[in-house]
Amino acid sequence: MDVTIKVRRFDPDADAPETYWQEFNFEIEDTATVLDALIKIREDMDGTLSMRCSCRSSICGSCAMRINGHACLACKTQARSVMDKENTIIVEPAGVMPVIKDLVVDFDLFWKKIEEVEPYLQPEGPEPEAEYAASNESMLHLSGVTACIMCGACVSDCTVMEVDPTFLGPAALAKAYRFTADPRDGDADGNSIDRLKQLVKPSGMWDCTRCAECVQVCPKGIAPMDRIMALRDQAIEAGIDNSNGARHAEAFVELVGHSGQIDELRLPVKTVGITNIPALMSFLPVGIRALTHGKMPPIFHKNIENVRNLRRLIKKLEEPKQE
Amino acid sequence: MKYAFFPGCVSRGGCPELYPAAKMICQRLGIELEEMPGASCTGAGVLQEKNELLGDALNARTFAMAEKLGLQIMTICSTCQGVMNQANYRMQKDPEYLALINSHLADEGLEYKGTAEPKHLLWILIEDYGLDKLKEIITRPLHGVRLAPFYGCYIVRPTEALDIEQHPERQTSLEQLIETLGATVIDFAGKTRCCGFPILTINEKNSMAMVAKHTSEVKDLGADAMITPCPLCHLNLDGYQPKAAAQAQRPIGMPILHMPQAIGLAMGISPKELGLQRHIMSVKPLLMKLDLVG
Repeated sequence: MDVTIKVRRFDPDADAPETYWQEFNFEIEDTATVLDALIKIREDMDGTLSMRCSCRSSICGSCAMRINGHACLACKTQARSVMDKENTIIVEPAGVMPVIKDLVVDFDLFWKKIEEVEPYLQPEGPEPEAEYAASNESMLHLSGVTACIMCGACVSDCTVMEVDPTFLGPAALAKAYRFTADPRDGDADGNSIDRLKQLVKPSGMWDCTRCAECVQVCPKGIAPMDRIMALRDQAIEAGIDNSNGARHAEAFVELVGHSGQIDELRLPVKTVGITNIPALMSFLPVGIRALTHGKMPPIFHKNIENVRNLRRLIKKLEEPKQE
Repeated sequence: MKYAFFPGCVSRGGCPELYPAAKMICQRLGIELEEMPGASCTGAGVLQEKNELLGDALNARTFAMAEKLGLQIMTICSTCQGVMNQANYRMQKDPEYLALINSHLADEGLEYKGTAEPKHLLWILIEDYGLDKLKEIITRPLHGVRLAPFYGCYIVRPTEALDIEQHPERQTSLEQLIETLGATVIDFAGKTRCCGFPILTINEKNSMAMVAKHTSEVKDLGADAMITPCPLCHLNLDGYQPKAAAQAQRPIGMPILHMPQAIGLAMGISPKELGLQRHIMSVKPLLMKLDLVG
């Protein structure tokens, strides 16, 4: 079949290095992957096209790049499935990480984040007589995270890292969860308190916006965002809740448990803390603007009908977690 | 056509202009709405990060109420839509989980049978109502107006829970609507990205950077306004745009329309009835283009 591959290119050694688009029109097999097409370009049309690839079977994680604006493995993407009506496919380097040349990006940032979460088991307390035991169940659960091939697709499309490279990001936070959820890590009960204390700091677990880009683009079904949500739950359960994020989640449940609806006036106040005067003052201009435009949420929310039923349900499902 | 109406908290709270605008256009379209006064907040993804079972139970409760009415649910909020879809996805694929949730709902005599298919008004217009039929009701096409779509994360991802494979048209729904209204689509990469609202009180700097990025990008592309099916996106993109512009140290001035407001304008409903005066970012330049400034 006929295909047009539009590639975003960059050569740092050019006289005046700049990003430009180049189109290649050629024939490929109906079953070809985008990587097959790119290799054909490099071998038959333009040997200067740079990219990383190795296994061609979505195991090595080398060929993550943006195809039609979203990160994926070129070797796992059928060309036919991503062509538009004119048989065109747009190929760009991964996002967030700086481009070295063409489709090759600098992974330094990625690895620094992984190093930051200390990706090795750190058992505390006395050593067991024999080996550290871990149940089948817990290992099966962790296999969902250890399947990560470090391709960087999630980092490429993370909406937070796009505006703030200090964010730990989806790959490193999912990796952190791989240890906090490991019964061999942390204290005798498998609670990784020290790790969680590190991870609640700014640029950590609470900075994720829950946009689900990482869930969508991960070629291995790791669902990094879901792991970040699990980290948040672990932190709150461990009593590490002195953060805006934790207060926000706890206040949310409390307020919905009162009227059945979000209380948009009390939620931000409870999130930053009632004694945090500077933060409260910073809400003022926005509040005044809302007030003068008739946009103020109600001061007292009308309860939903039969709110008692809802309160009973919330109480029942929150209780076992507090034990 | 009749739906169980789930307006969500924000359409009557922080964006009080949305609820009446949505009801007004549904009336003109002949879409009947039945309220569910006992339905609660979906949890908005926040409650779920603390207790997913509880979040799913709250949504199952709402679904059970709609089943009792014999109606499907209509939402007007991308976030409600996505959170409901995710909850429904987990329950529908796992009968044991659904049974566990039902055991908790039994206390108030409710049971969710698994038949809910909540749909945003945006999807209803395309899948149930039909854009051709909508076109017939348009009396003031928005010719010459350049609208940039902004979806809100929850209505586009994760695609598995949103049944996008069965409904690929959902991925271009806003663009289709903009064209039906007679306006021009300003396409941009940020249309399916995050508005930053969920981290507004957690990392305001990042949240503002996201607002500035999207609004200034469409400004530079020549958009007259952005249109969103998500009131939470509206809160951030509209309400916090002055702060975002100050942080980005550039003027932006991008009006943000709720999706039903844009439809209402094209139906000939007055800007005032649609609550456009309640926006933080002035919509005056847009109204001037439509000859609606008296």
